[in-house]
Amino acid sequence: MSVATKPRRAPSLLRAASGAPPWLRWALLAAGLAVALWLPNGLYPAVAVDILCWALFAVAVDLLLGYTGLLSFGHAAFWGTSAYASGLVAIHAGVPFPVAVLAGALVAAALAVPIGYLAVRRTGIYFAMVTLAFAQLVYYVANNRRGLTGGENGLQSVPRELFGLDLTDAYYFYYAALPVVLLGLWAAWRIVNSPFGRVLVGIRDNPARARALGYPVHRYKLLAFVLSAFLAGLGGGLFAMGHRFVTLDTLHWTTSGKAVVMVVLGGIGTLWGGVLGAGLLVRLEDWLSFSGFEAVGLVTGALFVVVVLVFRRGLWGTAADLLRRRARKSVAPSEGDG
Amino acid sequence: MAEPMLATHGLTRDFRGFRAVDGVDLAVAPGTVHALVGPNGAGKTTLFNLLTGFLKPSGGRIEVAGRDITGLPPERIAARGVARSFQITSLFPMLTAREHVELALQGRGRLGWRFWRSAKLLDRYRGRADELLAMVGLDGLAEVPSDALPYGRKRALELALALALEPDVLLLDEPTAGMGMEDVDRTVELVDRVRAGRTVVLVEHNMSVVGRLADRVTVLQAGRVLAEGPYDEVRADERVVTAYLGAADAAG
Repeated sequence: MSVATKPRRAPSLLRAASGAPPWLRWALLAAGLAVALWLPNGLYPAVAVDILCWALFAVAVDLLLGYTGLLSFGHAAFWGTSAYASGLVAIHAGVPFPVAVLAGALVAAALAVPIGYLAVRRTGIYFAMVTLAFAQLVYYVANNRRGLTGGENGLQSVPRELFGLDLTDAYYFYYAALPVVLLGLWAAWRIVNSPFGRVLVGIRDNPARARALGYPVHRYKLLAFVLSAFLAGLGGGLFAMGHRFVTLDTLHWTTSGKAVVMVVLGGIGTLWGGVLGAGLLVRLEDWLSFSGFEAVGLVTGALFVVVVLVFRRGLWGTAADLLRRRARKSVAPSEGDG
Repeated sequence: MAEPMLATHGLTRDFRGFRAVDGVDLAVAPGTVHALVGPNGAGKTTLFNLLTGFLKPSGGRIEVAGRDITGLPPERIAARGVARSFQITSLFPMLTAREHVELALQGRGRLGWRFWRSAKLLDRYRGRADELLAMVGLDGLAEVPSDALPYGRKRALELALALALEPDVLLLDEPTAGMGMEDVDRTVELVDRVRAGRTVVLVEHNMSVVGRLADRVTVLQAGRVLAEGPYDEVRADERVVTAYLGAADAAG
């Protein structure tokens, strides 16, 4: 994972935002929304729902990895905890599913406070190891508290209630879940392009200097960690609703790894790259498992290696570079202040 | 002397059996420029790192305006009005010159926590940022990423960052290191201009710079204070001459 620990040439979020001309940004946004609206018509709706959830998860991981310089290898703790918490809330409280998901995300964020408090005191590979260790701890706790989590049987028959609407069909659930995901993605974009986001980039690139400027680096990292856990929790909660059951897999370390792989595929520090990476990986895994191919990991692993070697900045990062260069040639550089 | 703006009492720092700073007493009067000089390895930069919280003292105390700041982390010391520049240029390679200064200005308020607001909020700092950039001679370079600036301009940006904090105490770690003559002159003029209303401590190798700027000089050797006094007095001190010549011999 050493590729991922230091996003050395990740673009300044400020310059990334001002690099593309406004029309292109709007066009990309419109295209993205169009794809999001069409998705369950072109894919199995259940797969489309999975893509939504994983996209939010990957973007949450990129918020830490790309914009704060912290590789969390334990984000399954937040994704999975929220999945269980949302599931339990939905089962026992019978609230509309977005409320259950929000509750789950809040539980994940609360869990991130103590974990983050201890983890942000380390950097690089040590940070990754601390987060991994805590995630393993959460996994074993969930496995042991069978009364609550169902242990290896998982949490069964999670309802997805929304004011009496019939959402049993994944096709309709997709459109019910989409606004939640879009809201989460918007929140991530807002965080990155906020005064807070600027400080994060400063901390990522030169923590000592940021401290000398008066920024309490640990506390900033902690807030970034908690926000990231909250967004990962939104994704995890929706994932529980989407599948209508929760298994221990949601807390497994491979789940953390999968989110990191999505970010690297899409491009570290690009935010939207995570969406692309999630779409690609979920679609590919579904297609491979459907075709009866046994070694799914072999193909996704090979894809990972190829992308890391050929597109060092990920798919989105590489594409954005090309587009930016084109745009510079044809349009005079705009006075970007967004 | 009035109560010192910055004072250390028996300040000591050990590195695994090696005493880099050894019982240093320092008293810097408000509004003065105080230079720290000494051969390489005398403990100047270690002393700086102690004063700004990047290193914890092994013993002794540090006071700013009579208040104990010993053991505080760097960000808390910065908040107490002590700003520093770094000996080795220490910037944010991805940010433009203006973004650097805006980031420094933003640090004084609570704006940095607003993750729910647009970064456009920072436009309020633009005017002040451009003023500071003009002050250090970076006008016209506001949009240039710092890693594309020439060396002398990077050093100037270092200074602008420290000044953006509106510090009462300005600690400059070799502000003219590696500069050409012209840049050295500009930096001396600049420090002379911004010293008004401030207390400045600088580490400097260039003795002509020290002579032009410093009210008082402390000479360090092997972590201890060798001599302290006005520049001319210290310059004539035989122990100081020996220490410097000794260092020159060793280096040769």
